[in-house]
Amino acid sequence: MSRPERTTILDARALSRALQRMAVEVLELAHGTEDLVLIGIQRRGVELAERIAKQIETQEGAVVPRGALDITLYRDDLQTVGPKPVIGETRLPGDLTGKHVVIVDDVLFTGRTVRAALDELADFGRPKRISLCVLVDRGGRELPIQPDIVGKQVKVNSGERVDVLVEEVDGKDQVDLVAAAAAGARG
Amino acid sequence: MTAVLGKDLVGLEHLSSEQIRLILDTAEPFKEVSERPIKKVPALRGKTIVNLFFEASTRTRISFEFAEKRLSADTVNVAASGSSVQKGETLVDTAKNLEAMRIDMVVIRHPSSGAAQFLGDRIRSNVVNAGDGQHEHPTQALLDLLTIRDRHGKIAGLKVCLVGDILHSRVARSNIWGLLKLGAEVGVCGPDTLMPRGIEQLGVCRFRRIEEAIEWADVLNVLRLQLERMERGFIPSLREYYRVFGVTVERLDRAPREVTIMHPGPMNRGVEIDSRVADGSHSVILAQVTNGVAVRMAVLYLLAGGRPELADAANRAAAPE
Repeated sequence: MSRPERTTILDARALSRALQRMAVEVLELAHGTEDLVLIGIQRRGVELAERIAKQIETQEGAVVPRGALDITLYRDDLQTVGPKPVIGETRLPGDLTGKHVVIVDDVLFTGRTVRAALDELADFGRPKRISLCVLVDRGGRELPIQPDIVGKQVKVNSGERVDVLVEEVDGKDQVDLVAAAAAGARG
Repeated sequence: MTAVLGKDLVGLEHLSSEQIRLILDTAEPFKEVSERPIKKVPALRGKTIVNLFFEASTRTRISFEFAEKRLSADTVNVAASGSSVQKGETLVDTAKNLEAMRIDMVVIRHPSSGAAQFLGDRIRSNVVNAGDGQHEHPTQALLDLLTIRDRHGKIAGLKVCLVGDILHSRVARSNIWGLLKLGAEVGVCGPDTLMPRGIEQLGVCRFRRIEEAIEWADVLNVLRLQLERMERGFIPSLREYYRVFGVTVERLDRAPREVTIMHPGPMNRGVEIDSRVADGSHSVILAQVTNGVAVRMAVLYLLAGGRPELADAANRAAAPE
């Protein structure tokens, strides 16, 4: 019953393969690169969006505009968790009106982050379509939000945590499942 | 994590260098919000903020109001004239009455030193000092610090000289605290009559001549000469002040390095500062105004959120996404 404290569910090679497949799926979904914009959610979504965009660029030979979105100021829990002092950069590649925006994030859980991202994007224009692309879907939704593209689906018990590590931020590519007792420590 | 600044922002004297850096770092992303097509984020939605101004102010009041509105707070402006203050109501009574209408924050400007602290100790709402007498004007100093950091990429090790009426200036006092805490060297320069006694004890160096200050400094923060000072005999005449202490192109031309020029406004052109200097390429005076909104957004945001007891419960209940 009890799992070890930390289980690797994707190693560097598996993560790389997942991203390659996701890049292909993004291309299929968007029917090519025209009007396509990839927007990563701070922090690790930004790195993942960058990787997928590069993948698409090598494949298609076309430039894919990308951006970064920090949703801290659109959270619905400022009242309870208090201000998160470190707010990441929000940088969008111009007006989003008429674009097909693909939101990229590392882990999809309650859906509240995506809800906030949708609200924030609406303040930057009116995309013709917004899709959701996540590396890990861990279930546990609290809002009616579904991903269009998923790298890996994992059944995760409440209290457990999924850690996505990326080279640019953490020094290695890996996705770990962290058990309940250990998960509390990093909150 | 919560209450990173405590309940109120009264001054920089009692903030740590970490807290000051946190405010400046938090201000960075808020600069971008003001560049958006829709200059608004919902962070303070539902919060009510009262701007209680017992002294004339254009820039600071408008800057706070923009900051509040861009965070989606609801705001009410109360000026001393035309309010019940004129009928003799005390500061605390005014504030308690406002609090009875369920407000969350008060931004106060008041002619008496200590008014913000006095109010903060007596009401539950967060209090932000927008200038109290000759005591402090913390958000002005914070926006000055942010502007210096933008321009020079750092604050530690820079030589910053405050010029003019140091005696009556809350801007000078807040700047001195903030700059020293972040590791800058601070100078002051102005007539003896406008220099507080024992100013050197704060750890600043004193320049008697503006030429010496210009030779020494990386940054000159030129303070407004309050014209009523002349009537009270602190200076002989405005023309003489300009001749002796005015920051002019001719004086700056002799500086060994480029000197960044700042002014908290409103400027008296041709009194403390030459028009050509104010509008020159080394002037960051309008950048200061732009940064003012971002810094005030950061302060309001950091003060507004968070009840620790709820945060702990939320952390226990939910694994992070």
